[in-house]
Amino acid sequence: MRKQDQETNMQEDKSIGLSWLFTMAWRDSRRSRSRLFLFVSSIMLGIAALVAIYSFGDNLRQDIDQQAATLIGADLVVSTNKPVTPDVRKLMDSIGRGAQRSQQRSFASMILFTASGSSRLVQVRALEGEFPYYGKIETSPAAAERYFRKQRAALVDKTLMLQFNAQIGDSIKVGEVTFSIAGILNKAPGQTGISSSVAPVVYIPMQYLDQTKLMQKGSRISSFFFYKFKKYQDAEKLSKKIEPRLEYYDLDQDTIESQKRDTGKSFSDLTNFLSLVGFIALLLGCTGVASAIHIYIREKIATIAILRCLGASGYQAFFIYLIQITSIGFLGSIAGAMLGTLIQHILPVVLKDLLPVAISVSISWKAIFQGIALGTIISILFALLPLISIRNISPLNTLRISLGDTRLFRDPVKYFVYLLIVLFIAVFSYMQLGAWKQALYFTSGVLTAFLILSAVSWGLIYLVRRFFPTSWSYLWRQGLANLFRPNNQTLILIVSIGLGTTFISTLLLVQNVLLDRVTLSASGNQPNMVLFDIQSNQKDEVAELTRSQGFPVLQEVPIVTMRVDEVNGYTAAEVKKDTTLEVSKRAFSSELRVTFRDSLTDSETVTEGKWYGSVKNGRIYVSLEEGYAQRIKVAVGDEIIFNVQGAHISTTVGSLRRVDWNRIQTNFRVLFPVGVLEDAPQFHVLLTRAPSTQASARFQQILVSRFPNISIIDLDLVLSVLDEILTKIGFVIRFMAAFSIITGLIVLIASVLISKYQRIRESVLLRTLGASRKQILFITVLEYFFLGALAAFTGIVISIAASWALAHFVFETQFIFRPLPVIVLFFIVPALTVFIGILNSRGILNKPPLEVLRSEI
Amino acid sequence: METILKVKDLSKTYTSAGHTLHVLKDINFSVTEGSTLAIVGPSGSGKTTLLGLCAGLDRSSAGSVELNNIRIDQLNEDQRARVRNQYVGFIFQNFQLIPTLTALENVMVPLELRGERNIQERSLALLDKVGLIDRANHYPSQLSGGEQQRVALARAFSISPKILFADEPTGNLDAETSGKVMKLIFDLNKESGTTLILVTHDMELASKTQRIIRIRGGEISSDETIEN
Repeated sequence: MRKQDQETNMQEDKSIGLSWLFTMAWRDSRRSRSRLFLFVSSIMLGIAALVAIYSFGDNLRQDIDQQAATLIGADLVVSTNKPVTPDVRKLMDSIGRGAQRSQQRSFASMILFTASGSSRLVQVRALEGEFPYYGKIETSPAAAERYFRKQRAALVDKTLMLQFNAQIGDSIKVGEVTFSIAGILNKAPGQTGISSSVAPVVYIPMQYLDQTKLMQKGSRISSFFFYKFKKYQDAEKLSKKIEPRLEYYDLDQDTIESQKRDTGKSFSDLTNFLSLVGFIALLLGCTGVASAIHIYIREKIATIAILRCLGASGYQAFFIYLIQITSIGFLGSIAGAMLGTLIQHILPVVLKDLLPVAISVSISWKAIFQGIALGTIISILFALLPLISIRNISPLNTLRISLGDTRLFRDPVKYFVYLLIVLFIAVFSYMQLGAWKQALYFTSGVLTAFLILSAVSWGLIYLVRRFFPTSWSYLWRQGLANLFRPNNQTLILIVSIGLGTTFISTLLLVQNVLLDRVTLSASGNQPNMVLFDIQSNQKDEVAELTRSQGFPVLQEVPIVTMRVDEVNGYTAAEVKKDTTLEVSKRAFSSELRVTFRDSLTDSETVTEGKWYGSVKNGRIYVSLEEGYAQRIKVAVGDEIIFNVQGAHISTTVGSLRRVDWNRIQTNFRVLFPVGVLEDAPQFHVLLTRAPSTQASARFQQILVSRFPNISIIDLDLVLSVLDEILTKIGFVIRFMAAFSIITGLIVLIASVLISKYQRIRESVLLRTLGASRKQILFITVLEYFFLGALAAFTGIVISIAASWALAHFVFETQFIFRPLPVIVLFFIVPALTVFIGILNSRGILNKPPLEVLRSEI
Repeated sequence: METILKVKDLSKTYTSAGHTLHVLKDINFSVTEGSTLAIVGPSGSGKTTLLGLCAGLDRSSAGSVELNNIRIDQLNEDQRARVRNQYVGFIFQNFQLIPTLTALENVMVPLELRGERNIQERSLALLDKVGLIDRANHYPSQLSGGEQQRVALARAFSISPKILFADEPTGNLDAETSGKVMKLIFDLNKESGTTLILVTHDMELASKTQRIIRIRGGEISSDETIEN
């Protein structure tokens, strides 16, 4: 044995260097480079998507940093949605001596376009001073933003101008005052395309605000105080200094720095979400890489066996191919990064409606490096699955395929690689989502889809083999047999096409769920118009006017605004000081809109305690919506003192209610019994149903001209706005989904191409034996149709389950399945699969057999 | 003469679907250095399996194989690969050239695996010896069957092996080419003093060796020395 050890170790010292492995990798790849590149092109788009988003994210961060001042428009903004008391006014006046100041009041109100008689709910901003100090209110003409402040003129959002076909110089009526339109508002500081769709803005000069008579009790008005400090004044320092006083009066503040942080945070959430969508494309591409390399290695078994026969170790053979895959993965990632750098030029256009700042486009080396590293790592990781099998290829394959080669693709190390892949997905998604729970949901979702699709393909293989229709014609049998014969592509095609279909179909279904949620609410005899801010003295007149137009008064509800002063004897100040108390600070933070009734409506169900419709034994039992009670940590039996515009009312929580918020009707977090709030200052809400758009417009016109303070929510308008928003967001999602779809197509093309190499000999043999072009075509169509149809069907079933889960758990709404889009998808996917299959087989179909063999083999 | 290959009580069985298949049973023989030996037998008799075990391409189920005084049946796959690279040359029926390498590169691979340098000249000289110097940069697919087998010969002799295993080396060639290739094998073998173990159906070819072992049903049915 000593001689044996000496002999076998003799060559250790002369071990071959890395350079030989590289040389062999290079030599061996000679005839496969284009194919290898095609395989790796599957990950190229995924990398491109990620690099584009990372670059965009980097640029966005820089732009937010540079433009944060224009987002906020001032050094400091103090805001509140409570009435500004003299004490608050005094505090505001004391901030920043010598600083420039501006004020703004902001509230929702109807405006009337006098020329057309049309009206719409808008966000009115009454402005005083020179705000914004940074950036500007963008108007057409540009000078309008200066001169509207000095006269009875308004700036009107461009979407409104378009919607009502209004011109500069036309008049609008805001409350009691008529303003001439001085200019078109293109962009207000911090405003995005989406926010202007939701609440189009109209600027008016502050000096006319009182004359509008819209400052009624109960109106929800936000007040903003803008400051521009002298150069020597530090906004951040000052902000910290005044923080306790602002908190005392429940005032919010924003500085340029805090704006940077908040905007940066919300947009890093956006880019992280988009990265995750890009990552799905990458994962999809990786399945393509894994399967392509799997087949590639199968083809290389003979070469590897020869190398082993000549003395190469298992690891040397493994490294030769690892070097190939790493290099090609690296090159593919570089190509992907280059493509991504180009695509990032499109992203600002795609995302423009979601962005508050103008985006610059510059090369982000960090993003490029991240993309290349990610692409290389992930291509290695997925290629490892087939690559590790190389270690087990026996040199005996040179003599014949060994009986022991069944272990070839069943290496236990493979399970370790699977674990690495799962860990990689989990860690990557955690890096994007920032929460382990969500990352695990995402990883489990992806794994479940993979497993289901794999199970379906295994099931198909089993069933076709088990119940093979031996009596069918040859062409059918050949087409079906291709699904389970050696080197079949059933698994890879069903998984890759199925995942792509799942993704696209889920997007379609979820978009429909969101639209249905609103459409349903507005259907049948449900109210489609909400009139609010009705003063007590207007209540009867408005109801009568409504009826006179032939509209029903479906609901009329009094609303009293109040705040919580004490919970179980603790005030807001005490709760803030003592964090151990079982009371939430949130209980005191918001203004509540409360109603009183003697009974519950059909959208309310008591889940705990008992509902009392009137004062019982001198005690006032209120009912809280269960989610609200949970948020403010209050239970049945707890004591709450409400501050109703100065008057303190002691109550006990008598019951908790579940409320169906999806119904279009007034719902409340807090419900009082009758006999308590009747004399409190209040306003009213009226719900009605307009039979048509024309009737609705006519009614709004009459109502706004007679009661300018009353605001109207027109559900048809809400629906169209929502549709517009979803279309804009949907466009972004579809743009990102396109990467997955195109990746899916590349994987499909790569997979079909692989099968071309797999099937070429037998197709040529069939041709040689006299099979006609039509017969070969039929066999090809049949195989790809089965694969495409089953993958699409499974993908759609998974997407229905996923959309149901999203609707149920995330959007908390009913899932209604609209079959048309998915039926269309079900036909498109197999058609595309068959089309690509035929396209790739055309060489075999059209050329003489020998020519094909010479050129392809 | 020293013994280069010693096979003792060698058996090989395969288990498939619960059935045990005895491919080789208690094979015993030795081969002296520089001699030539033919293993003959009908298809499925186990001769190729025997060659695989002797060359260290496979593991035996029982018994031992000593190659150049090394118990290769006790080595792992990578250690056996090193032994092959040091002492063993191969010729296969279907040539087994690496399709992505040129003729020259195919010849160089075993030397490269040894970590040797300045090998191009030696490899070209070998190609010259087999009459393919002008085809050095051609790929296997650009060569005829006879030419491919000659490249395989050059590759096998590139490491000056102590023992050469040839599995039906003329099985894929026509009679004329077969004759040329066999002449080359025997000439090179004689020149380098290599031991030759040949697996073949062809009795005419087998008769050119010094000894013939007949295999039938996985057992040695005869072992005779030929008087040439």
